[in-house]
Amino acid sequence: MKLQISSRLAIFALIELASDPERQVSVSEIGDKYGVSAHHLAKVMHTLGRAGLVRSIRGVGGGYSFCGNARRTTLLDVITLFEDTSLGESEPESDAESTSAEWALGRVLFEIDDTARATLGSITIATMLKQIARRKAASDLKTAVG
Amino acid sequence: MDKQTNPCGAAQVRQIEIRRVRQDDLVHVTTLDERVTDIAKPDYWQDIFERYAQRRTDERFFLIAEDTAETPEFAVLGYIVGEIRAWEFGSAPSGWVFAFAVEPGTRQQGIGEQLFEAISIEFRNAGIRTMRTMVPRHNQLHMAFFRSEGMVAGPYIQLEMDLDE
Repeated sequence: MKLQISSRLAIFALIELASDPERQVSVSEIGDKYGVSAHHLAKVMHTLGRAGLVRSIRGVGGGYSFCGNARRTTLLDVITLFEDTSLGESEPESDAESTSAEWALGRVLFEIDDTARATLGSITIATMLKQIARRKAASDLKTAVG
Repeated sequence: MDKQTNPCGAAQVRQIEIRRVRQDDLVHVTTLDERVTDIAKPDYWQDIFERYAQRRTDERFFLIAEDTAETPEFAVLGYIVGEIRAWEFGSAPSGWVFAFAVEPGTRQQGIGEQLFEAISIEFRNAGIRTMRTMVPRHNQLHMAFFRSEGMVAGPYIQLEMDLDE
């Protein structure tokens, strides 16, 4: 499954900000980390702000901070802000308009889409942060032992 | 904002005791399940109790979260049931969780997490290294919970068919 660049950037930015909600991070700081233009990222941050997930703080040392609920915000919630996630939402019905082959293929594609949507809808920003922390802990342990 | 969580989502932790179920807990487990699913199944829970709390208890785990407050509103705030299963389609022994619930008004307080951790320890102590469960993919509550505890899609896919089709 491919995500649009804006969706990916939004998820990266939210993970970055939610890892420390007290911290204010500038657009250029996030842009440098993920190799994207500040211009593109600014649009993404604006959308996240309108969705109530981040707040911008103006002035010296300003930037963005996380103000959503990391345990309630799923990847699907974020992706839906940037792209249409409703494609193939209902199971194809057997009707006279489609051939049996079209119906059968539609059913397979629906199963794939539905599973992908359910997966994205069950993973929160907090779960992503936990996953990253687990990976880091495992890596630190490996370094300490090795 | 949810009064039980802060903006970062860190939850308060309620004082509970996680322990093996006893016969006198069963009525509370049954009513908790009924509150969550809207279906009363006393015979089912009596059968689960007899099979998972009274037989082969070295590989079957029926745990409850008891509220240790002096006068609790609900005596049992959650339960988790699992067992060690082996060699289904070649699968090496693994821990299977097949029942789990937390009292709706006490969610986001670490009760589910403690139940999950407790049964993980039981499985680990029994020499098991993999834990599995099966949840409806549209049950976001359970899906999100198990994901947050570190569970990911495993190598098996659940398949089914409509026998009337």
